[in-house]
Amino acid sequence: MVPDLPQAALAVAGVSHSFGPRRVLRDVSFTVHPGDFTSLLGLNGAGKTTLFALITRLYHSRAGTISVLGHDMRHEPLKALARLGVVFQQPTLDLDLSVRQNLHYQASLHGLSRATAEPRIVTELDRVGLADRIDDRVRNLSGGQRRRVELARSLLHTPSLLLLDEPTVGLDIESRRFLLAHVRDLCRQTGLGVLWATHLIDEVVPEARVIVLHHGQVLADGPRTTITAAHQGDIGAAFATLTHEGQPA
Amino acid sequence: MKARAWLACLGGILLREALRWMGQRGRFISALVRPLLWLGVFAAGFHFVLGLSITPPYKTYIPYEVYIAPGLCGMIQLFNGMQSSLSMVYDREMGSMRLLMVSPFPRWYLLSAKLLAGVLVSIVQVAIFFICASAWGIVAPPSGYLAVLPALLVSGLMLGALGLVLSSFIRQLENFAGVMNFVIFPMFFASSALYPLWRVGQSSPGLYWISQVNPFTHAVELIRFALYDRFNPVAAAVVLAYLALFMALALIGYDPGRGMLARKGSD
Repeated sequence: MVPDLPQAALAVAGVSHSFGPRRVLRDVSFTVHPGDFTSLLGLNGAGKTTLFALITRLYHSRAGTISVLGHDMRHEPLKALARLGVVFQQPTLDLDLSVRQNLHYQASLHGLSRATAEPRIVTELDRVGLADRIDDRVRNLSGGQRRRVELARSLLHTPSLLLLDEPTVGLDIESRRFLLAHVRDLCRQTGLGVLWATHLIDEVVPEARVIVLHHGQVLADGPRTTITAAHQGDIGAAFATLTHEGQPA
Repeated sequence: MKARAWLACLGGILLREALRWMGQRGRFISALVRPLLWLGVFAAGFHFVLGLSITPPYKTYIPYEVYIAPGLCGMIQLFNGMQSSLSMVYDREMGSMRLLMVSPFPRWYLLSAKLLAGVLVSIVQVAIFFICASAWGIVAPPSGYLAVLPALLVSGLMLGALGLVLSSFIRQLENFAGVMNFVIFPMFFASSALYPLWRVGQSSPGLYWISQVNPFTHAVELIRFALYDRFNPVAAAVVLAYLALFMALALIGYDPGRGMLARKGSD
Protein backbone atom coordinates (compact mmCIF):
# COMPACT_ATOMS: atom_id res chain seq x y z
CA MET A 1 0.00 0.00 0.00
CA VAL A 2 1.35 3.43 -0.88
CA PRO A 3 0.85 5.97 1.89
CA ASP A 4 -0.84 9.18 0.92
CA LEU A 5 1.99 11.58 1.72
CA PRO A 6 2.22 15.17 0.57
CA GLN A 7 5.92 14.83 -0.25
CA ALA A 8 7.26 14.23 -3.69
CA ALA A 9 8.16 10.60 -4.31
CA LEU A 10 11.54 11.87 -5.47
CA ALA A 11 13.01 15.35 -5.17
CA VAL A 12 16.34 16.12 -6.82
CA ALA A 13 17.56 19.64 -6.14
CA GLY A 14 20.66 21.34 -7.53
CA VAL A 15 22.60 18.11 -7.97
CA SER A 16 26.02 18.36 -9.59
CA HIS A 17 28.63 15.66 -9.85
CA SER A 18 32.04 15.21 -11.39
CA PHE A 19 34.61 12.46 -11.65
CA GLY A 20 37.92 14.28 -11.38
CA PRO A 21 37.82 17.16 -13.87
CA ARG A 22 34.94 15.59 -15.84
CA ARG A 23 31.60 17.18 -14.94
CA VAL A 24 28.87 14.63 -15.41
CA LEU A 25 25.88 16.40 -13.89
CA ARG A 26 25.30 20.15 -13.66
CA ASP A 27 22.70 21.61 -11.33
CA VAL A 28 20.08 18.94 -12.00
CA SER A 29 16.69 19.57 -10.36
CA PHE A 30 13.33 17.85 -10.81
CA THR A 31 10.62 16.09 -8.83
CA VAL A 32 8.63 12.92 -9.36
CA HIS A 33 5.23 12.91 -7.69
CA PRO A 34 3.33 9.84 -6.50
CA GLY A 35 1.49 8.35 -9.47
CA ASP A 36 3.73 10.15 -11.99
CA PHE A 37 5.23 8.26 -14.88
CA THR A 38 8.36 10.29 -15.55
CA SER A 39 10.57 9.60 -18.55
CA LEU A 40 14.19 10.62 -18.15
CA LEU A 41 15.18 10.99 -21.77
CA GLY A 42 18.80 11.33 -22.80
CA LEU A 43 21.39 9.92 -25.14
CA ASN A 44 24.02 7.48 -23.93
CA GLY A 45 26.47 9.42 -21.80
CA ALA A 46 23.94 12.10 -20.86
CA GLY A 47 24.48 11.32 -17.16
CA LYS A 48 21.45 9.09 -16.55
CA THR A 49 23.40 6.23 -14.99
CA THR A 50 25.37 8.59 -12.73
CA LEU A 51 22.12 10.20 -11.64
CA PHE A 52 20.74 6.75 -10.82
CA ALA A 53 23.89 5.86 -8.89
CA LEU A 54 23.40 9.01 -6.81
CA ILE A 55 19.68 8.36 -6.21
CA THR A 56 20.47 4.77 -5.15
CA ARG A 57 23.29 6.01 -2.88
CA LEU A 58 26.07 4.13 -4.57
CA TYR A 59 27.91 7.36 -3.86
CA HIS A 60 27.07 10.87 -2.73
CA SER A 61 26.65 13.84 -5.01
CA ARG A 62 29.26 16.59 -4.86
CA ALA A 63 26.51 19.20 -4.54
CA GLY A 64 22.75 19.33 -4.12
CA THR A 65 20.22 17.14 -2.33
CA ILE A 66 18.21 14.05 -3.18
CA SER A 67 15.25 12.94 -1.12
CA VAL A 68 12.78 10.09 -1.39
CA LEU A 69 9.38 10.64 0.27
CA GLY A 70 10.93 13.53 2.19
CA HIS A 71 13.86 11.47 3.46
CA ASP A 72 17.17 13.04 2.54
CA MET A 73 19.52 10.48 1.00
CA ARG A 74 22.51 11.88 2.85
CA HIS A 75 20.96 12.22 6.30
CA GLU A 76 18.31 9.50 6.35
CA PRO A 77 19.60 7.06 3.75
CA LEU A 78 18.06 3.97 5.28
CA LYS A 79 14.54 5.41 5.38
CA ALA A 80 14.95 6.70 1.85
CA LEU A 81 16.25 3.37 0.50
CA ALA A 82 13.41 1.50 2.18
CA ARG A 83 10.92 3.36 -0.04
CA LEU A 84 12.87 2.75 -3.22
CA GLY A 85 12.59 -0.02 -5.81
CA VAL A 86 15.18 -0.31 -8.56
CA VAL A 87 15.51 -2.14 -11.86
CA PHE A 88 19.14 -1.78 -12.85
CA GLN A 89 20.46 -1.45 -16.34
CA GLN A 90 22.65 -4.55 -15.95
CA PRO A 91 20.98 -7.86 -15.19
CA THR A 92 21.36 -8.58 -11.48
CA LEU A 93 19.71 -11.96 -11.09
CA ASP A 94 21.72 -14.95 -9.97
CA LEU A 95 21.52 -17.21 -13.02
CA ASP A 96 22.17 -20.44 -11.13
CA LEU A 97 19.49 -19.86 -8.52
CA SER A 98 15.78 -20.33 -9.05
CA VAL A 99 13.38 -17.43 -9.50
CA ARG A 100 12.02 -18.06 -6.02
CA GLN A 101 15.50 -18.09 -4.46
CA ASN A 102 16.41 -14.86 -6.19
CA LEU A 103 13.26 -13.14 -5.01
CA HIS A 104 13.62 -14.40 -1.45
CA TYR A 105 17.15 -13.02 -1.41
CA GLN A 106 15.86 -9.59 -2.41
CA ALA A 107 13.06 -9.77 0.15
CA SER A 108 15.57 -10.58 2.88
CA LEU A 109 17.65 -7.56 1.88
CA HIS A 110 14.61 -5.52 2.82
CA GLY A 111 14.18 -7.36 6.10
CA LEU A 112 11.11 -9.37 5.04
CA SER A 113 10.75 -12.77 6.66
CA ARG A 114 10.23 -15.79 4.42
CA ALA A 115 6.63 -16.10 5.59
CA THR A 116 5.88 -12.49 4.66
CA ALA A 117 7.79 -12.65 1.41
CA GLU A 118 6.36 -15.86 -0.02
CA PRO A 119 2.80 -14.61 -0.79
CA ARG A 120 4.18 -11.35 -2.17
CA ILE A 121 6.54 -13.26 -4.44
CA VAL A 122 3.68 -15.33 -5.78
CA THR A 123 1.50 -12.23 -6.29
CA GLU A 124 4.16 -10.19 -8.07
CA LEU A 125 5.20 -13.07 -10.28
CA ASP A 126 1.57 -13.67 -11.14
CA ARG A 127 1.21 -10.03 -12.17
CA VAL A 128 4.07 -10.38 -14.64
CA GLY A 129 2.72 -13.71 -15.88
CA LEU A 130 5.53 -15.88 -14.55
CA ALA A 131 3.96 -17.61 -11.55
CA ASP A 132 4.42 -20.98 -13.23
CA ARG A 133 8.19 -20.41 -13.60
CA ILE A 134 8.81 -19.80 -9.90
CA ASP A 135 11.02 -22.85 -9.41
CA ASP A 136 12.88 -22.58 -12.72
CA ARG A 137 16.50 -21.58 -12.79
CA VAL A 138 16.90 -18.03 -14.02
CA ARG A 139 19.37 -19.32 -16.61
CA ASN A 140 16.47 -21.08 -18.33
CA LEU A 141 14.42 -17.89 -18.75
CA SER A 142 14.53 -15.63 -21.79
CA GLY A 143 15.89 -12.09 -21.56
CA GLY A 144 12.39 -10.64 -21.46
CA GLN A 145 11.29 -13.03 -18.74
CA ARG A 146 14.34 -12.18 -16.65
CA ARG A 147 13.47 -8.50 -16.89
CA ARG A 148 9.96 -9.25 -15.75
CA VAL A 149 11.34 -11.16 -12.77
CA GLU A 150 13.53 -8.15 -11.97
CA LEU A 151 10.51 -5.90 -12.11
CA ALA A 152 8.56 -8.23 -9.79
CA ARG A 153 11.59 -8.30 -7.50
CA SER A 154 11.79 -4.51 -7.28
CA LEU A 155 8.20 -4.36 -6.00
CA LEU A 156 8.36 -6.98 -3.22
CA HIS A 157 8.85 -4.43 -0.45
CA THR A 158 6.02 -2.21 -1.84
CA PRO A 159 8.18 0.82 -2.67
CA SER A 160 6.74 4.29 -3.29
CA LEU A 161 9.26 5.14 -5.96
CA LEU A 162 10.41 2.87 -8.75
CA LEU A 163 13.58 3.60 -10.71
CA LEU A 164 14.20 1.84 -14.00
CA ASP A 165 17.51 2.40 -15.76
CA GLU A 166 17.05 1.63 -19.46
CA PRO A 167 15.09 -1.50 -18.56
CA THR A 168 14.23 -2.51 -22.13
CA VAL A 169 17.75 -2.65 -23.55
CA GLY A 170 18.14 -5.84 -25.54
CA LEU A 171 14.48 -6.86 -25.28
CA ASP A 172 12.18 -7.70 -28.16
CA ILE A 173 9.18 -5.53 -29.02
CA GLU A 174 6.68 -7.68 -27.17
CA SER A 175 8.68 -7.71 -23.94
CA ARG A 176 9.20 -3.97 -24.15
CA ARG A 177 5.50 -3.39 -24.65
CA PHE A 178 4.61 -5.64 -21.72
CA LEU A 179 7.07 -3.96 -19.36
CA LEU A 180 5.94 -0.48 -20.28
CA ALA A 181 2.24 -1.35 -19.98
CA HIS A 182 2.74 -3.04 -16.63
CA VAL A 183 4.61 -0.10 -15.12
CA ARG A 184 2.02 2.38 -16.46
CA ASP A 185 -0.70 0.30 -14.80
CA LEU A 186 1.17 0.32 -11.52
CA CYS A 187 1.42 4.11 -11.68
CA ARG A 188 -2.28 4.51 -12.27
CA GLN A 189 -3.51 1.85 -9.87
CA THR A 190 -1.14 2.09 -6.91
CA GLY A 191 0.11 5.66 -7.07
CA LEU A 192 3.67 4.48 -7.53
CA GLY A 193 6.04 7.23 -8.64
CA VAL A 194 8.17 6.05 -11.58
CA LEU A 195 11.39 7.38 -13.04
CA TRP A 196 12.08 5.55 -16.30
CA ALA A 197 15.42 6.37 -17.89
CA THR A 198 15.67 5.73 -21.60
CA HIS A 199 17.27 6.85 -24.80
CA LEU A 200 14.38 5.49 -26.87
CA ILE A 201 11.87 8.18 -27.77
CA ASP A 202 9.08 5.68 -28.41
CA GLU A 203 9.16 4.77 -24.71
CA VAL A 204 7.94 8.24 -23.79
CA VAL A 205 4.30 7.40 -23.19
CA PRO A 206 1.54 9.98 -23.84
CA GLU A 207 0.80 10.71 -20.18
CA ALA A 208 4.48 10.93 -19.22
CA ARG A 209 6.22 13.82 -17.67
CA VAL A 210 9.43 14.21 -19.61
CA ILE A 211 12.82 15.30 -18.37
CA VAL A 212 15.37 15.79 -21.12
CA LEU A 213 18.91 15.31 -19.84
CA HIS A 214 21.74 16.28 -22.14
CA HIS A 215 25.45 16.56 -21.28
CA GLY A 216 24.48 16.43 -17.61
CA GLN A 217 21.97 19.27 -17.78
CA VAL A 218 18.19 19.30 -17.68
CA LEU A 219 17.09 20.95 -20.95
CA ALA A 220 13.34 20.47 -20.50
CA ASP A 221 11.00 19.29 -17.77
CA GLY A 222 7.24 19.06 -18.16
CA PRO A 223 4.31 17.05 -19.50
CA ARG A 224 4.94 15.47 -22.87
CA THR A 225 2.15 17.52 -24.43
CA THR A 226 3.80 20.78 -23.35
CA ILE A 227 7.26 19.80 -24.51
CA THR A 228 6.04 18.65 -27.91
CA ALA A 229 3.53 21.49 -28.41
CA ALA A 230 5.72 23.30 -30.92
CA HIS A 231 6.36 20.07 -32.85
CA GLN A 232 2.85 18.78 -33.42
CA GLY A 233 3.26 16.21 -30.64
CA ASP A 234 6.44 14.73 -32.15
CA ILE A 235 8.72 13.95 -29.23
CA GLY A 236 11.58 13.00 -31.56
CA ALA A 237 11.53 16.37 -33.25
CA ALA A 238 11.24 18.15 -29.91
CA PHE A 239 14.21 16.20 -28.56
CA ALA A 240 16.27 16.94 -31.67
CA THR A 241 15.55 20.63 -31.44
CA LEU A 242 16.38 20.72 -27.76
CA THR A 243 19.67 18.91 -28.13
CA HIS A 244 20.67 20.29 -31.57
CA GLU A 245 22.06 16.91 -32.40
CA GLY A 246 19.60 15.53 -34.88
CA GLN A 247 17.37 12.57 -34.38
CA PRO A 248 18.30 10.41 -31.42
CA ALA A 249 18.92 6.73 -31.87
CA MET B 1 14.03 -1.68 12.05
CA LYS B 2 13.18 -4.67 14.18
CA ALA B 3 15.61 -7.38 15.21
CA ARG B 4 13.70 -9.90 13.10
CA ALA B 5 14.27 -7.82 10.00
CA TRP B 6 18.01 -7.70 10.69
CA LEU B 7 18.06 -11.45 11.12
CA ALA B 8 16.06 -11.97 7.94
CA CYS B 9 18.62 -9.89 6.06
CA LEU B 10 21.56 -11.82 7.52
CA GLY B 11 19.81 -15.13 6.85
CA GLY B 12 19.13 -14.16 3.25
CA ILE B 13 22.75 -13.25 2.58
CA LEU B 14 24.06 -16.44 4.23
CA LEU B 15 21.60 -18.59 2.33
CA ARG B 16 22.50 -17.03 -1.01
CA GLU B 17 26.21 -17.67 -0.39
CA ALA B 18 25.50 -21.26 0.60
CA LEU B 19 23.34 -21.86 -2.49
CA ARG B 20 25.95 -20.31 -4.75
CA TRP B 21 28.70 -22.38 -3.18
CA MET B 22 26.77 -25.60 -3.61
CA GLY B 23 26.16 -24.65 -7.23
CA GLN B 24 29.86 -24.10 -7.93
CA ARG B 25 31.28 -27.60 -7.74
CA GLY B 26 34.49 -26.57 -9.50
CA ARG B 27 35.27 -24.03 -6.83
CA PHE B 28 34.65 -26.55 -4.10
CA ILE B 29 36.76 -29.27 -5.68
CA SER B 30 39.70 -26.97 -6.38
CA ALA B 31 39.48 -25.65 -2.82
CA LEU B 32 39.81 -29.21 -1.58
CA VAL B 33 42.34 -30.53 -4.08
CA ARG B 34 44.79 -27.66 -3.61
CA PRO B 35 45.65 -28.34 0.06
CA LEU B 36 45.50 -32.08 -0.46
CA LEU B 37 48.10 -31.76 -3.22
CA TRP B 38 50.35 -29.84 -0.86
CA LEU B 39 49.81 -32.46 1.76
CA GLY B 40 50.22 -35.47 -0.51
CA VAL B 41 53.04 -34.24 -2.74
CA PHE B 42 54.89 -31.36 -1.16
CA ALA B 43 54.79 -32.59 2.42
CA ALA B 44 55.66 -36.13 1.39
CA GLY B 45 58.73 -34.79 -0.43
CA PHE B 46 59.82 -32.67 2.48
CA HIS B 47 59.14 -35.38 5.01
CA PHE B 48 62.77 -36.45 5.25
CA VAL B 49 64.39 -33.14 4.36
CA LEU B 50 63.14 -30.95 7.13
CA GLY B 51 63.84 -31.77 10.74
CA LEU B 52 61.50 -30.16 13.19
CA SER B 53 62.44 -29.70 16.80
CA ILE B 54 59.78 -29.72 19.47
CA THR B 55 58.09 -26.30 19.47
CA PRO B 56 54.83 -25.28 21.05
CA PRO B 57 52.05 -26.23 20.67
CA TYR B 58 53.54 -29.65 19.84
CA LYS B 59 54.65 -31.80 22.77
CA THR B 60 56.61 -34.29 20.76
CA TYR B 61 58.43 -34.65 17.46
CA ILE B 62 55.98 -34.41 14.62
CA PRO B 63 56.12 -35.38 10.96
CA TYR B 64 56.19 -32.53 8.47
CA GLU B 65 52.65 -33.29 7.26
CA VAL B 66 51.35 -32.59 10.72
CA TYR B 67 53.25 -29.31 10.82
CA ILE B 68 51.82 -27.92 7.61
CA ALA B 69 48.19 -28.99 8.15
CA PRO B 70 47.22 -25.77 10.01
CA GLY B 71 48.97 -23.74 7.33
CA LEU B 72 46.89 -25.49 4.71
CA CYS B 73 43.72 -24.62 6.65
CA GLY B 74 44.90 -21.03 6.50
CA MET B 75 45.52 -21.47 2.78
CA ILE B 76 41.94 -22.60 2.25
CA GLN B 77 40.73 -19.48 4.02
CA LEU B 78 43.19 -17.24 2.19
CA PHE B 79 42.06 -18.50 -1.21
CA ASN B 80 38.46 -18.29 -0.11
CA GLY B 81 38.85 -14.70 1.06
CA MET B 82 40.50 -13.67 -2.20
CA GLN B 83 37.97 -15.56 -4.26
CA SER B 84 35.11 -13.79 -2.52
CA SER B 85 36.91 -10.51 -3.09
CA LEU B 86 37.05 -11.22 -6.79
CA SER B 87 33.44 -12.26 -6.79
CA MET B 88 32.67 -8.87 -5.21
CA VAL B 89 34.36 -7.13 -8.12
CA TYR B 90 32.47 -9.40 -10.47
CA ASP B 91 29.28 -8.69 -8.55
CA ARG B 92 29.91 -4.99 -8.78
CA GLU B 93 30.51 -5.13 -12.49
CA MET B 94 27.51 -7.33 -13.00
CA GLY B 95 25.36 -5.19 -10.76
CA SER B 96 24.40 -7.62 -8.02
CA MET B 97 26.67 -5.74 -5.61
CA ARG B 98 24.49 -2.74 -6.33
CA LEU B 99 21.48 -4.77 -5.34
CA LEU B 100 23.12 -5.34 -1.97
CA MET B 101 24.03 -1.66 -1.66
CA VAL B 102 20.46 -0.39 -2.13
CA SER B 103 19.25 -2.47 0.77
CA PRO B 104 18.03 -0.19 3.56
CA PHE B 105 20.41 -1.73 6.09
CA PRO B 106 23.63 0.05 7.06
CA ARG B 107 26.48 -0.69 4.73
CA TRP B 108 28.72 -1.98 7.54
CA TYR B 109 26.07 -4.57 8.33
CA LEU B 110 25.68 -5.69 4.73
CA LEU B 111 29.42 -6.01 4.20
CA SER B 112 29.86 -7.84 7.51
CA ALA B 113 27.06 -10.26 6.60
CA LYS B 114 28.64 -10.90 3.22
CA LEU B 115 31.98 -11.44 4.94
CA LEU B 116 30.51 -13.84 7.48
CA ALA B 117 28.82 -15.81 4.70
CA GLY B 118 32.18 -16.33 2.97
CA VAL B 119 33.86 -17.35 6.22
CA LEU B 120 31.23 -19.96 7.03
CA VAL B 121 31.78 -21.48 3.61
CA SER B 122 35.54 -21.57 4.26
CA ILE B 123 34.98 -23.29 7.61
CA VAL B 124 32.96 -26.02 5.92
CA GLN B 125 35.81 -26.46 3.44
CA VAL B 126 38.34 -26.70 6.27
CA ALA B 127 36.17 -29.30 8.01
CA ILE B 128 36.15 -31.42 4.85
CA PHE B 129 39.92 -30.99 4.61
CA PHE B 130 40.30 -32.27 8.17
CA ILE B 131 38.30 -35.36 7.28
CA CYS B 132 40.54 -36.03 4.28
CA ALA B 133 43.69 -35.28 6.28
CA SER B 134 42.72 -37.86 8.87
CA ALA B 135 43.27 -40.43 6.11
CA TRP B 136 46.96 -39.41 6.23
CA GLY B 137 46.91 -39.99 9.94
CA ILE B 138 46.86 -36.29 10.66
CA VAL B 139 44.61 -36.02 13.65
CA ALA B 140 44.31 -33.48 16.41
CA PRO B 141 42.85 -34.04 19.88
CA PRO B 142 39.03 -34.23 19.55
CA SER B 143 38.55 -31.10 21.65
CA GLY B 144 40.96 -29.30 19.30
CA TYR B 145 38.45 -29.57 16.47
CA LEU B 146 36.01 -27.58 18.58
CA ALA B 147 38.59 -25.13 19.86
CA VAL B 148 39.73 -24.38 16.32
CA LEU B 149 36.28 -23.12 15.27
CA PRO B 150 36.56 -19.66 16.85
CA ALA B 151 40.13 -19.41 15.55
CA LEU B 152 38.94 -20.22 12.04
CA LEU B 153 36.12 -17.70 12.38
CA VAL B 154 38.45 -14.87 13.38
CA SER B 155 41.18 -15.72 10.87
CA GLY B 156 38.61 -16.18 8.11
CA LEU B 157 37.03 -12.82 8.91
CA MET B 158 40.43 -11.15 8.83
CA LEU B 159 41.41 -12.69 5.47
CA GLY B 160 37.94 -12.02 4.07
CA ALA B 161 38.14 -8.40 5.22
CA LEU B 162 41.45 -8.12 3.38
CA GLY B 163 39.62 -9.42 0.32
CA LEU B 164 36.92 -6.78 0.84
CA VAL B 165 39.55 -4.06 0.94
CA LEU B 166 41.03 -5.34 -2.31
CA SER B 167 37.60 -5.56 -3.91
CA SER B 168 36.86 -1.95 -3.02
CA PHE B 169 40.07 -0.76 -4.64
CA ILE B 170 40.22 -3.04 -7.66
CA ARG B 171 38.16 -1.29 -10.29
CA GLN B 172 37.94 -3.87 -13.01
CA LEU B 173 37.58 -7.59 -12.86
CA GLU B 174 41.25 -8.52 -12.79
CA ASN B 175 42.37 -12.00 -13.53
CA PHE B 176 43.03 -14.21 -10.59
CA ALA B 177 46.74 -14.50 -11.47
CA GLY B 178 47.38 -10.91 -10.38
CA VAL B 179 45.98 -11.50 -6.92
CA MET B 180 47.80 -14.87 -6.74
CA ASN B 181 51.16 -13.30 -7.56
CA PHE B 182 50.92 -10.20 -5.47
CA VAL B 183 48.79 -11.25 -2.52
CA ILE B 184 48.33 -14.98 -2.06
CA PHE B 185 51.81 -16.30 -2.83
CA PRO B 186 53.76 -13.65 -0.87
CA MET B 187 51.43 -14.04 2.12
CA PHE B 188 51.59 -17.81 2.00
CA PHE B 189 55.33 -18.28 1.49
CA ALA B 190 56.47 -15.50 3.82
CA SER B 191 54.67 -17.04 6.75
CA SER B 192 54.93 -19.87 9.23
CA ALA B 193 52.60 -22.03 7.14
CA LEU B 194 55.32 -24.14 5.53
CA TYR B 195 58.26 -23.82 7.93
CA PRO B 196 58.69 -22.68 11.51
CA LEU B 197 59.83 -19.10 11.81
CA TRP B 198 62.89 -19.92 13.91
CA ARG B 199 64.27 -21.82 10.93
CA VAL B 200 63.48 -18.91 8.63
CA GLY B 201 65.31 -16.61 11.04
CA GLN B 202 68.44 -18.77 10.85
CA SER B 203 68.73 -18.33 7.11
CA SER B 204 67.25 -14.87 6.52
CA PRO B 205 66.55 -12.37 9.30
CA GLY B 206 64.85 -10.06 6.78
CA LEU B 207 62.35 -12.70 5.75
CA TYR B 208 61.87 -13.54 9.41
CA TRP B 209 60.67 -10.01 10.15
CA ILE B 210 58.49 -9.88 7.07
CA SER B 211 56.89 -13.12 8.22
CA GLN B 212 56.42 -11.66 11.68
CA VAL B 213 54.34 -8.75 10.41
CA ASN B 214 52.49 -10.89 7.89
CA PRO B 215 48.91 -11.27 9.17
CA PHE B 216 48.74 -14.71 7.61
CA THR B 217 51.50 -15.98 9.93
CA HIS B 218 49.42 -15.07 12.93
CA ALA B 219 46.26 -16.51 11.45
CA VAL B 220 48.11 -19.82 10.94
CA GLU B 221 49.58 -19.77 14.45
CA LEU B 222 46.18 -19.03 15.96
CA ILE B 223 44.76 -22.04 14.11
CA ARG B 224 47.77 -24.23 14.94
CA PHE B 225 47.58 -23.55 18.68
CA ALA B 226 43.79 -23.83 18.82
CA LEU B 227 43.92 -27.17 17.05
CA TYR B 228 46.00 -28.48 19.95
CA ASP B 229 43.77 -26.89 22.56
CA ARG B 230 46.10 -24.02 23.24
CA PHE B 231 45.43 -20.31 23.04
CA ASN B 232 48.04 -18.08 21.44
CA PRO B 233 47.32 -14.57 22.80
CA VAL B 234 49.84 -12.78 20.59
CA ALA B 235 48.47 -14.34 17.41
CA ALA B 236 44.90 -13.61 18.52
CA ALA B 237 45.70 -9.96 19.26
CA VAL B 238 47.51 -9.47 15.94
CA VAL B 239 44.73 -11.14 13.94
CA LEU B 240 42.06 -9.04 15.67
CA ALA B 241 44.06 -5.86 15.11
CA TYR B 242 44.44 -6.63 11.41
CA LEU B 243 40.73 -7.49 11.25
CA ALA B 244 39.84 -4.08 12.68
CA LEU B 245 42.24 -2.35 10.28
CA PHE B 246 41.01 -4.17 7.16
CA MET B 247 37.37 -3.70 8.12
CA ALA B 248 37.91 0.04 8.60
CA LEU B 249 39.62 0.27 5.21
CA ALA B 250 36.85 -1.74 3.55
CA LEU B 251 34.20 0.56 5.00
CA ILE B 252 36.09 3.57 3.68
CA GLY B 253 36.38 1.84 0.31
CA TYR B 254 32.63 1.30 0.16
CA ASP B 255 31.68 4.63 1.77
CA PRO B 256 29.37 6.58 -0.55
CA GLY B 257 31.18 9.83 0.23
CA ARG B 258 34.80 8.76 0.25
CA GLY B 259 35.22 5.45 -1.52
CA MET B 260 36.79 4.63 -4.81
CA LEU B 261 33.34 4.42 -6.43
CA ALA B 262 32.62 8.04 -5.56
CA ARG B 263 35.88 9.22 -7.05
CA LYS B 264 35.86 7.32 -10.28
CA GLY B 265 32.28 6.33 -10.91
CA SER B 266 30.74 2.99 -11.51
CA ASP B 267 30.17 2.98 -15.22
